[in-house]
Amino acid sequence: MSNTRTQRTAKAGTTEPTWVKWTLLSIALGFIFLFLVLPLAAVFTEALRKGGGAAFEALKEPDAWSAIRLTLITAAIAVPLNLVFGIAAAWCIAKYEFRGKAFLTTLVDLPFSVSPVVAGLVYVLMFGAQGWFGPWLQAHDIKIVFAIPGIVLATIFVTFPFIARELIPLMQAQGTEEEQAAIVLGATGWQTFWHVTLPNIKWGLVYGVILCNARAMGEFGAVSVVSGHIRGQTNTVPLHVEILYNEYQSVAAFAVASLLALLALVTLVIKQVVEWRFERDQKAAAELPPERPLTNPVAAQA
Amino acid sequence: MSTLSIPRRTPKRVLPGFKLTLGYTLLYLSVIVLIPLSALIFKTFTLTWDQFVLAVSSPRVMASYRLTFGASLIAATVNAVFGLLVAWVLVRYQFPGKKIIDALVDLPFALPTAVAGISLTALLASNGWVGSLLEPYGVQLAFNRNGVVIALIFIGLPFVVRTVQPVLEDAEKELEEAATCLGATRLQTFWHVIFPTIAPALLTGFAMAFARAIGEYGSVIFIAGNMPMISEITPLIIIGKLEQYDYAGATAVAVVLLVISFALLLVINALQAWQRRRNGASS
Repeated sequence: MSNTRTQRTAKAGTTEPTWVKWTLLSIALGFIFLFLVLPLAAVFTEALRKGGGAAFEALKEPDAWSAIRLTLITAAIAVPLNLVFGIAAAWCIAKYEFRGKAFLTTLVDLPFSVSPVVAGLVYVLMFGAQGWFGPWLQAHDIKIVFAIPGIVLATIFVTFPFIARELIPLMQAQGTEEEQAAIVLGATGWQTFWHVTLPNIKWGLVYGVILCNARAMGEFGAVSVVSGHIRGQTNTVPLHVEILYNEYQSVAAFAVASLLALLALVTLVIKQVVEWRFERDQKAAAELPPERPLTNPVAAQA
Repeated sequence: MSTLSIPRRTPKRVLPGFKLTLGYTLLYLSVIVLIPLSALIFKTFTLTWDQFVLAVSSPRVMASYRLTFGASLIAATVNAVFGLLVAWVLVRYQFPGKKIIDALVDLPFALPTAVAGISLTALLASNGWVGSLLEPYGVQLAFNRNGVVIALIFIGLPFVVRTVQPVLEDAEKELEEAATCLGATRLQTFWHVIFPTIAPALLTGFAMAFARAIGEYGSVIFIAGNMPMISEITPLIIIGKLEQYDYAGATAVAVVLLVISFALLLVINALQAWQRRRNGASS
């Protein structure tokens, strides 16, 4: 009796009894199914409720096209700007020690915790008719709020930290030895960056860019405040979805929404591939001789 | 103080680009984030104290705080419990489709909030897949406060999973074996050995989900029904005031939200520092 007991506990040292395991697994999977799988499936089934033709019609609308165009333009401006910022911020935060560094890191994260609605509002207060620069902008006939520049600015604000916060932990983990070696060997700063730093951070960079892009194309709250909802002019794809939905054009709304859902799925696939490639590179680096030190696999999540 | 005892660490920085990158970082940060946010603060100063208090504490606004905070708290708690469970299952168990489930956890980060909003509404409305099942029992999940909570659970789901998962992966199984050898039951081992290790990460994830839920707008407005005093969230109050050209009132409420999110950001930073210390000490 006591013999079998010890055997059982030895096996049960780091696992649970089978029934507990199955219960936990089914609750977890049930939760995932209810909250993730069902909503995703609902987008596509609602879009195809009246057949593929009706869904396709909604995507051929000129208003849908102009929304898609505006979303692509917005992301094409916001993502590269935040990419340059992300690299600059990660370089100075990860590679140097200076006073106020922790505070600066907090400030970089700040836009994540600001409500999107507040993010939109601040630009209205700056550039709106009653705002700081409002009268000057009106005198010079420049429109920022309720026009495309406002949409771009609000999008930059909400996607501001994405790339920086992927790169900072990654570059901190990698240290500065390799760059210092390159500099000592006579490379210029740019050469060091292109040939030493960039290859080391490429996966983190791709990771940050696709997450930033997904948010830039999908942002709703902040853009909704600054857009003015002018059909065919200042509507992004998420705003177009809202308008169609509020007009009870359910199939059209979900057809356009399924474009965004596809974007989300593509983002998740790329993200997964990047994670696998990153792990593979880390393993390859670990198998190198010890003079190439192993860096921490820091895949900080957003 | 420590600079007195220690000789200067880096007399000359070897790597170039410090001034350039720091300068650019500060410039871009100021133009995009700090100056616009300060516009918010300055706009508030155009209000007298009484006007400010009136704007941020009218009954309708107070009702929205109660809803926003209550629903966010419930949603973050649900996420803490189920997020821990999902992280546990993903780290400790093997099952078919595990990699797909793991990737799918990030869906709320990738799916635009407006899409999440209309899709959850379609599911939970009385003619939806889930709503039609519950309707005979008199359970209404859409167009009321329940809808707000459900949308916020969806939005916050990845935070707890993604903060707890790496800590659980790094946790040393030897400690659990030792606990079992010393006679602890599995449940005792969990509470006294595993839980203390993951507690900081769990709290961090909870705080992140909570902070995100407070400011959430896109997914909630479709499902909430947005009835004043009942199911109107605070970000929607700001939008409502803006639409009535009450810029000062909108700003006052926005400042309240901003202060809360800044406080939460500091809490999250402190939690993460705690987590780093805890993990550093254990390894």
